[in-house]
Amino acid sequence: MDLRVDRLSHLYDRLEVLRDIDLEIRAGEIVCVIGPSGCGKSTLLRMLGGLEQPTSGQVLQVGEPPAGSLNPLTYVFQDFALLPWRTVEGNVSLVLEGHGLSAAEKEERIADVLDRTRLSDFRRAVPKQLSGGMKQRVAIARALSVNPAVLLMDEPLSALDSQTRELLMDDLIDLWDRERFTSCYITHNLAEAVRLGHKVVVLSRRPGMIRDIVEIDMPLKDRSLSNPRIGEIQQQLWTMMRDEAKAADHELADG
Amino acid sequence: MADLTAAPVSPEARTQERDEARPVRFRGGGFLPRPRRFVGLAVFLVLIVLWEIGSRTGVISALVLPAPSEAWEAFTDLAASGNLQKHVSASLQRLALGFTAGTLLGLIVGTAVGLSSLARAAIAPLVSAIFPIPKIALLPLFIIWFGIGEGSKVATILFGCFFPTVIATYGGIDSVDRALIRMGQSFGLSRWHIIRKIVLPAALPAILSGMRISASISIILLVAAEMIGAEYGIGAYVLLAGNLMSTDQLIAGVAMLSILGLTVNFLITRAERHFLSWRN
Repeated sequence: MDLRVDRLSHLYDRLEVLRDIDLEIRAGEIVCVIGPSGCGKSTLLRMLGGLEQPTSGQVLQVGEPPAGSLNPLTYVFQDFALLPWRTVEGNVSLVLEGHGLSAAEKEERIADVLDRTRLSDFRRAVPKQLSGGMKQRVAIARALSVNPAVLLMDEPLSALDSQTRELLMDDLIDLWDRERFTSCYITHNLAEAVRLGHKVVVLSRRPGMIRDIVEIDMPLKDRSLSNPRIGEIQQQLWTMMRDEAKAADHELADG
Repeated sequence: MADLTAAPVSPEARTQERDEARPVRFRGGGFLPRPRRFVGLAVFLVLIVLWEIGSRTGVISALVLPAPSEAWEAFTDLAASGNLQKHVSASLQRLALGFTAGTLLGLIVGTAVGLSSLARAAIAPLVSAIFPIPKIALLPLFIIWFGIGEGSKVATILFGCFFPTVIATYGGIDSVDRALIRMGQSFGLSRWHIIRKIVLPAALPAILSGMRISASISIILLVAAEMIGAEYGIGAYVLLAGNLMSTDQLIAGVAMLSILGLTVNFLITRAERHFLSWRN
């Protein structure tokens, strides 16, 4: 299933946050959206999954979600949003409950995603016992358990320290290599964008417009930090964003 | 760093060079409550022993305060007469009925106020207006409405528990992490599902601490209600003892109330430990 954004604009009261966004997220590709803070990238993501309604324009689902998908558009949040009173398996099972799945089906899905995210040994741990990286793995496992068509990731690595971030990024790359999931990945971190994105969408400062879409046709596996082309693209993106980020930084919060 | 390049210096010379060395004074710690298990119990025991000694030596006049041993005697007399069970069971029954009904109603109304803006606009001002009224002042009204029997006594406790529970419940729901609710919505969970599995468990700490307050209030109200037209009940026993100036019975009755309060508190602490174990 593809996701298409069609001339989307949005205003909060009279404050214009997004203007004329046209975007296509094709099945099996990761689209990274970067932009200076306050450019409306998180707003855009909330609209992709129907958590917020755009003032004008629309978001279209093209094609059918995969069979067995309980929640085609599934989020992974920056702050993990795990229930602290539920164990790892309880947190995954939360989103499987209420769909009329049998106990065996639920158990099968839980065991499967915990295995895929290498969390099987932590089934009965509660979030408080886990490190930030592990918590985000649980959130990713939870998202995978509903068999989503598109994963909507809102700065999923931003709350983690840089080493954990590297490890989890490697995990995401492995996961994509195995499963070719579709994702829209919001980040302000250019290194993440160039490592994970098949397409990198650069938004301008508010009102957010698409400044450029950079396609990176290099297998995710080969994109290491030492790769000169990756460094080059990152530099190119930074040049593009630098002035925008600077101007956004100097803006007053209320505009 | 400099030592790497400079010629080696003998330790003695080094100390002289930099005045005297002294360890950095530790100034952290403090303010952290640590469990001291038997201190509370010891304070109780010491006070009772001092009291007993004071009574026996005549420092404390028997007219002012009877000795603990006398109160204990009054208690064993009561137990021997078979009335203890009647008093305690009458009180427990009223307490259990009033507390349970008041808490349940409070939970339902509090959840409605927490979740629906209409219910909040309608009920929250009413709750704020009625909560501060001492329910004892309403007791005569309750007697007219519910009769002089069990009805008015249970109703007093029920009303006393109801309002703190409503306030604790909607306060708890207000402070539920919105990110968790948004997560529930993003997974397409139904409203009922979100309320039952996300909102209420997240509000549980606040609800339980509200229960602690309403339990104490209900014991206070129990005694107040039993002081009017009750044949049996710890409150009636205390009232009768007071009227007869038999202070030993009075102390025995008051001690029973205190133990009742401690027991209820203990049960709530156990419940908290069980339901909120994820917090530690």
